[in-house]
Amino acid sequence: MNDMTSHPVTAQDAAEPILRLEGLTVHRGAAKILDRVSLSLGRGETLALVGESGAGKSTIATALMRLLDGARVEGRAELDGAGDLLALPERRMVRLRGSRLSMIFQDAGSALNPSYTVGRQLTTTLRRTLGLSRAEARAKAVELFTSVGINDPEGRMSAFPHQLSGGMQQRVMVAIALAGNPDLLLADEPTSALDVTIQAQIVRLILAQTRARGASCIFVLHDLALASQSCDRIVVLYAGQVVESGPSREVLEHSRHPYTRQLKSCVLEIGSKDLTAPEGTVPPHSEMPVGCRFATRCPRALPRCAGEAPPLVPARDDATGPLDHQFACWNPE
Amino acid sequence: MSLSSSDAAPTALPRAKASLGRRSMFLRRPFFTVALIVAAAYVLAATFAPHVAPFDPVKQDFMAMMQGPSFAHPLGTDSYGQDILSRVIYGARYALIIGIFSVLIGAAGGLVIGLAAGLSGGWLEWALMRLIDSILALPSLILAVAFIAILGQGVDKVVVAVGLSMIGPFARTVRADVMQVRVQLFIEAAQLMSIPYLRVVWRHVLPNVIFPLAVQVTIRVSEAILVSSSLSFLGIGVTPPTPDWGLMIAEGRDFVSFAPWMSAMPGFALALLLIALSIVGDGIREEFDPKLRRGA
Amino acid sequence: MLRQALGKIAQTLVVLFFVSVASFGLLKLAPGDPIQIMLGSEYSQESYEQLTAQLGLDQPFLAQYADWALRFVQGDWGTSYVARTDIYTYAFKEALPVTLTLASFSLAFAILIGVPLGVLSAVKKDTAFDAGSAVLALTGTAFPSFLLGILLIWFFAVKLQLFPVMGYISPWQDFWGGIYHMILPGLTLSTYFIAMITRLTRATLIEVMEQPYIAAARARGEPSWRVIWVHGVRNIAMPLVTILGLQLGTLLQGTVLTETVFNLPGIGQMLTSAVLGREYMVVQAGVMMTATLFIGVNLLVDLSYPFLDPRLRARK
Repeated sequence: MNDMTSHPVTAQDAAEPILRLEGLTVHRGAAKILDRVSLSLGRGETLALVGESGAGKSTIATALMRLLDGARVEGRAELDGAGDLLALPERRMVRLRGSRLSMIFQDAGSALNPSYTVGRQLTTTLRRTLGLSRAEARAKAVELFTSVGINDPEGRMSAFPHQLSGGMQQRVMVAIALAGNPDLLLADEPTSALDVTIQAQIVRLILAQTRARGASCIFVLHDLALASQSCDRIVVLYAGQVVESGPSREVLEHSRHPYTRQLKSCVLEIGSKDLTAPEGTVPPHSEMPVGCRFATRCPRALPRCAGEAPPLVPARDDATGPLDHQFACWNPE
Repeated sequence: MSLSSSDAAPTALPRAKASLGRRSMFLRRPFFTVALIVAAAYVLAATFAPHVAPFDPVKQDFMAMMQGPSFAHPLGTDSYGQDILSRVIYGARYALIIGIFSVLIGAAGGLVIGLAAGLSGGWLEWALMRLIDSILALPSLILAVAFIAILGQGVDKVVVAVGLSMIGPFARTVRADVMQVRVQLFIEAAQLMSIPYLRVVWRHVLPNVIFPLAVQVTIRVSEAILVSSSLSFLGIGVTPPTPDWGLMIAEGRDFVSFAPWMSAMPGFALALLLIALSIVGDGIREEFDPKLRRGA
Repeated sequence: MLRQALGKIAQTLVVLFFVSVASFGLLKLAPGDPIQIMLGSEYSQESYEQLTAQLGLDQPFLAQYADWALRFVQGDWGTSYVARTDIYTYAFKEALPVTLTLASFSLAFAILIGVPLGVLSAVKKDTAFDAGSAVLALTGTAFPSFLLGILLIWFFAVKLQLFPVMGYISPWQDFWGGIYHMILPGLTLSTYFIAMITRLTRATLIEVMEQPYIAAARARGEPSWRVIWVHGVRNIAMPLVTILGLQLGTLLQGTVLTETVFNLPGIGQMLTSAVLGREYMVVQAGVMMTATLFIGVNLLVDLSYPFLDPRLRARK
């Protein structure tokens, strides 16, 4: 259970990451969906997890929540104050979910139980994570609905999910995710199922609410432009491998990995907002190179790239912390 | 316009791997294969009953009444001294004949009504739908009882009664199939080419309805056998001394405490056939109706 | 939503009308000339015509039907010689309650046992438990109920002498005695439904558990028992009721057979003895009554759907 006050981010907090993911590897059958993914996130920071479809972005979020079924997971995921998320007994994990870390799903319409009112789904979470009485929870729910921009919050409490528009449903999801005052919010492509006009609103909403509560957020998306505008840090993922990560501006202005550069150049074309894929395709898992997985499409590939996976190294010699700009390439730009 | 489209081959809806997977089906579904073998064994026994059965099923022998299983009578004898094994074997014949013929009657009637309901429109369609609803308003057994009341008892009457009572479910299925085909574009196209309506029905609608109907026929044979056995068990089906399993079970009921084989033997024969047919039906349905759900 | 309901009711009335015409027609189709039967072996043409006119049997079909329908609605269903009472009392007051009691008892029992079994099978998918319950379910749906009844009688009543072999005591008059007599018949009848409900619950729950809102519930920190029973099971109500509604006919059929096996004085016995005794008026009344009941229950089930699945309610 959390205390209800949001604490401002102090300099000391900023130095200690809220989440430290090391060597996350996920096997599904013979395929390695994620290969030694490492990333860090500071308190109060937002991190954009960017990559093509199938890169494994959602898998990272699902694995962190320990909701990944049928896969073998290796690595460490240290959540400040809770220990290694991947090693905790399920009972502890259940207590953490909703209260210290929570998730916003892509299609809010299908992520809400169609048989219960949205008010009920929110108050249940409130009562469980914050220990409120029924009346208190109801009041708090209305408050939350208001803060996420739902008009007529009292009335909407008794609405069923199918009676709400897509944007409204997603706002409800955000409210539910924020109910337990989590420290870490995982937003898994929360706007992909929505109209373009609503997308921006929802993203702004999530970021504003996260910042207001001093919480951190991992934003999974495939839109590099949106990522750069809204998030503090970017992690670029290709075929389950981290190719570059670091503060947004540095990653974009001084990108070192060829893939990141290609993404940038595609996005900067006038009029295009979505990521247009670079030449070639992601190889199937059976043909995946042992080393750097981008080797098959990389214009700067060296013979050693396919056979030997490059480690994540700092981009600048004077900034070598886990939160600084890093990349993984044998032949960087 | 000289189009030879009226002689074109009837178009078929894409069928999910109907012919491809058939051979491997027996390997993939071991239960199905076993059940099929069992059912086939029954069919064989029924067909060759006169050669397989050791005794005449209605031959009475008062010296050998209510004997337990023995070498001479492997399944025992009943209260008239009739050999139960022979009666069970002939019972398979009656069960299968009644089952198959009544299902065919039901399917034929259902086909006609279902086609009419599916192809017509407006108030006629609505009225036919209500007609089908009213046929379905009674469960098959009760309907069959009502028909028996009119027709009387006997094997042939049972076939008709059970057959008529099964028209309802078939009509509903056929109608659903017809509705599905109707909205297909090639029907519209055929009509646009001024092909006579009946021709369209014959060439295009019918083939796509017959196949699912055939699947339904296979599945419902066990239901027909169950209903007819139930009728006989109730005493209003076939008349004694016909070797019908339901009738035998009823006859053995009064003696269950000291001659349980009288009811148990035909009972297990019936149960085994029904279970086997049920598994076969399930397998066929899963194989050929993968995504479609049929009403009861 | 009200308009939908009214539409359904209207449809139902039309169906009821068709059924009543058919039921009436049943009597007309029955073999034997009722006038002849009543007059005996020797009669004159005059008395034949007299009786015909007296009974209104020379009227056109529709007029006779109207007459019959009117009388039926008022509760005048004719007399049964076998039961030595008027048919209305026999069918509606005596036989029907027995059938209804047995049917509802069995169905309730089947749901109570079947749903948890199905949930457990779904949760323990592909384990030995699951395989075992699948086999039992398959056997249960195919096994003929009257045979099961006889087996149960043989085993529990005759061999073990635990339960009465047959007979009926109304639970409304003597609760425990009634229940005692109801156990074997109830078990017989509910077996099919336990099997069916188990299979159905398992299949539906597995589908439900794959839905995103289940993962979302887990992500919110809901303990797994709640995820299954509160979030999952709630969403199988609709398909379950739909299928059960379709199976009402099977329930009735099974009841009829079970009554015969255990000698319970319900509709089954009534119809059977009526057919054997050529009491066509009883058959007709029984058919009409059963159909009405059946249609009525189906209508209720139909009307209950919006309550079970909020997505079917009219938009606000």
